[in-house]
Amino acid sequence: MMKSKADEEDYWNSSKFKAFTFDDEDDEFTKKQEVEPQLPHRVFPASCFLFPAGISWSVRETASSLREQSFPKIDTTPSLPKNSSGYSLSSLFKGKEGEREMMDCAAVSLEKFRSLQEKLLLLDEAVGVHDGNVITAVLIYLKKSLSKEVLFRELESRQTALRHFIHYLTESKEQRLLLELYRALGRTEDEALLQYKEHLRITDENKRRDFLKSCVSLPFSPEDAGHVQDHYTLLERQIIIEATDRQAETGGKVEIFQKFPRRASILNMPLITTLYYCCFYHYAETEGTYSSPANIRQTFRIAEKQYFVTALAARAKLKAWHDVDALFTSRNWLGFTRKKSPLSFSRVADILSKNNAPVQVLQEYVGLVDDVELRVALAQKYKCHFIVISTYRDLKDRQLLLGYRGKVERGSEEERKIDELLSNPQIRWKN
Amino acid sequence: MAHSARRDSPELPDFSVLKRLARDQLIYLLEQLPGKKDLFIEADLMSPLDRIANVSTLKQHEVDKLYKVEYKPVVSTSDQLCFLIRPRIQTVKWVYVVNADKAAGKFKRYKIIFTPQKFYACETVLEEQGIFGDVSTDEWAFYLLPLDEDIINLELPEFFRDNFLEGDQRWVRTGGSALHLFHSIYGPFSKVYGIGRCSKMVYESWREQVKEGEQKARQAEVGTVFLIDRDVDFVTPLCSQVVYEGLVDDIFRIKCGCVEFGPDVTSSDKSIKVMLNSQDKVFNEIRNEHFSNVFGFLSQKARNLQTAYDKRRGMDIKQMKTFVSEELKGLKQEHRLLSLHIGASESMMKKKTKQDFQELLKTEHSLLEGFEIRECISFIEEHINRQVSYLKLCPLSLYFFTGLLPKDYRSLKAQYLQSYGVDHLLTFANLKQLGLLVEQQPGETLTVMESKMGKLVNDKTAGKLTDAFSSLAKKSNFRALSRRLSLVPKSDEEYDLRVPRDMAYIFSGAYIPLSCKLIEQVLERDGWTVYNGINHLFQLAILTMSFIASDAQRIILVMFLGGCTFSEISALRFLGRERGYKFIVLTTAITNSARLIEAMLDNHV
Repeated sequence: MMKSKADEEDYWNSSKFKAFTFDDEDDEFTKKQEVEPQLPHRVFPASCFLFPAGISWSVRETASSLREQSFPKIDTTPSLPKNSSGYSLSSLFKGKEGEREMMDCAAVSLEKFRSLQEKLLLLDEAVGVHDGNVITAVLIYLKKSLSKEVLFRELESRQTALRHFIHYLTESKEQRLLLELYRALGRTEDEALLQYKEHLRITDENKRRDFLKSCVSLPFSPEDAGHVQDHYTLLERQIIIEATDRQAETGGKVEIFQKFPRRASILNMPLITTLYYCCFYHYAETEGTYSSPANIRQTFRIAEKQYFVTALAARAKLKAWHDVDALFTSRNWLGFTRKKSPLSFSRVADILSKNNAPVQVLQEYVGLVDDVELRVALAQKYKCHFIVISTYRDLKDRQLLLGYRGKVERGSEEERKIDELLSNPQIRWKN
Repeated sequence: MAHSARRDSPELPDFSVLKRLARDQLIYLLEQLPGKKDLFIEADLMSPLDRIANVSTLKQHEVDKLYKVEYKPVVSTSDQLCFLIRPRIQTVKWVYVVNADKAAGKFKRYKIIFTPQKFYACETVLEEQGIFGDVSTDEWAFYLLPLDEDIINLELPEFFRDNFLEGDQRWVRTGGSALHLFHSIYGPFSKVYGIGRCSKMVYESWREQVKEGEQKARQAEVGTVFLIDRDVDFVTPLCSQVVYEGLVDDIFRIKCGCVEFGPDVTSSDKSIKVMLNSQDKVFNEIRNEHFSNVFGFLSQKARNLQTAYDKRRGMDIKQMKTFVSEELKGLKQEHRLLSLHIGASESMMKKKTKQDFQELLKTEHSLLEGFEIRECISFIEEHINRQVSYLKLCPLSLYFFTGLLPKDYRSLKAQYLQSYGVDHLLTFANLKQLGLLVEQQPGETLTVMESKMGKLVNDKTAGKLTDAFSSLAKKSNFRALSRRLSLVPKSDEEYDLRVPRDMAYIFSGAYIPLSCKLIEQVLERDGWTVYNGINHLFQLAILTMSFIASDAQRIILVMFLGGCTFSEISALRFLGRERGYKFIVLTTAITNSARLIEAMLDNHV
């Protein structure tokens, strides 16, 4: 998708995108300070008041032993105060000395922050110093000390904190609360997806199917609702197919299961894998059964190309060349047959060759490749000599044909064919 | 192939100090729990730990048995258990699960060592489970793992997802601490540039920590520093890599500087693990090369080797003796490495031919240039239809990223879900959230949308929205940007991959990685205006500036927040050779397209 030239120039010249400086006005941090005048003192470094900073005391020992080998000091933590009780909010803003004391995580109890205003301030300051650990710590406290309604409401306008909270709930697997949060925020699609995700935890296939059924009515976008509906329908069918086939396999009466034992259950496989499976084991079934490829194709609105690729791969794997042939044969109203394919014949040949199709089968499709150069290249690659020969004949290129004579086997049918052509007086060679 | 580096290239600092520091800290922590103890190690910490302390070191400090954390019940008879883990809620919850001893009335000592730091949320888990205090906790500030002479890794792949997808800033301070540690050993820095929002936060966190500590005046070993956010450039990690080291990573996955070559490479029935770094002389010469040059180089090398071997013909006993004692060992070693890399190259060749690699590259290049989009769509469709592993479907994301029509989007998404499972709805939601999936809004320019939305929300969120819009702008304007910065060289000229003329060689001359281009531009123009508009777009800022001119100025630290690819490292090495710089890459993790997409997956419990 290209933007028009004018658009693009506009974009570059628009005043919105002015050069960025370090003291950018719309920087989150500076903005936060706008709320500050309500407070007695300046910003306090929230990163300091909960935990020892970064490298802990134990490192100091190591570092000092290393220093003897001319190491720089890497310790950053000042000594921790012994006495650590009785902080008020204002003492948190006292400046240097206060900060030091706040480093001990046990020392500063968040319980001191009782009013909503204090709590929110704490949160905003934590966000201001960009330390996710501290932000989450404050959120854990707010979660314990505020009602859901109030917390959710306040988080709505605090995107950074909100994302931390969502991540925390996700990691600690507090599904229910997270769903409530999404609901409160009106994020219905997130809510739906989260609920849908639950199906991954359900191992029993019948329970999973029932759960997926209940997911269909979740507030997905219309497009996604369709996908989820498909997911449910697919599993429902897989359960039926699996039961029938397992029985057939253990019964030992159905030849194909004896010849090609199933390697895995079809349950929970993607749609296309299922289609492949059905093309492999249930190809000839009439549209009436759940396992018939035609039925699957129709139910799930599988694109023509997709269907062909899958059916071709499955039948080629079984070396059912007759089915392959039938797949591409169409009849016109006069009853003449011709080969038609929604995917290029070079691709068809590629798939066939990967399934070790014999030359007789391959050449049929290689011969249908329109582009002459590609056709010759493929024919040579797959050793479809007759295609090469007839293409050279069509090109009336005597030299190439002569050259190719050296590449086919002595006394072979191909050699005879070449000789026959070379001695044919009716062909007007161009060289 | 051996590129002649500029003579005035400065020397890189020695990073082995970092390993020693980390090891000593760990030993100190282990000694805090005197006596015999069993050590449980988080799976993804095994390799990093292995790089700095081997089993015998651990044994020396009374570690009895070693276990991998596997989320299964623990069978340990030791009465002291030590857990070395990442600060993850899930792991801490597991520690509780094993702690059934308390109920059984057994008295044991437990210690959790979080690395690189602990999080309050993890301690809350202990508190909630009623074992806070029963379990002692500590931090192992193991931030910097030197993987090579110019690569230092934080080994924190989750940085990417947590920060850019979830919007959780828990690793910002970690980034700051890592930088602080680096600075205190190799600084002081004279200039720091930041590219991106997270960079600025990390910078601030670092400054805060510098204020807290003190810095002795010392000789700087690194001068200029770049901090760069991964989300500034998603395109580069989504492209298939074609430089040797990148290709090896894409195919075999290099883990913590080590790769496992299977039987198809070793042409035996065994797999072997190989360290890939500058110590491997053969690897060192090909790692930055475009793959098409590698075979020629290796066969030349093989011929030279043969000649060297042949020398022994016609030697007398004495000469032979010297040959065996002095040269043979080196030759044998080279021989071994050579056959290994030849094996790897052949195996990669085979795999790539099977996957229609040429076509894949062609599609990627077309997407980058914005040509023949229909063909690209049908290529992608065909891959989806054939259920080619979705991790190899990065052109798809690339296509999403460079912007697509709603109609195409719907159809591709439907086919994708049919091929790989409907649960990838979750993946799509994540890609969208991250900004990797950009649906074009037909007929609406950004400004119109912005003012519309602006009216709907109150002031507080408005700033946030502007942020979101500028990142949207950044993404859907990839093409405009690409033209501005000439990221896609003109395709009508022949590009000689053997004699690269710019960093585009790492993508066969088709694309210069945006991340590296920005760095080049800043260095060239010494910071200020790169291009009007672009500074803001990337929140490009000069964060610190002092005017100490020193040799260290030419040693440049590039810190990637959210990971970088081997291709980018190769590009920077190239830039360094051309301009007489030395780059040190400090990254939160090594990434590539598959890892990037994997980080977006949610279709598991």
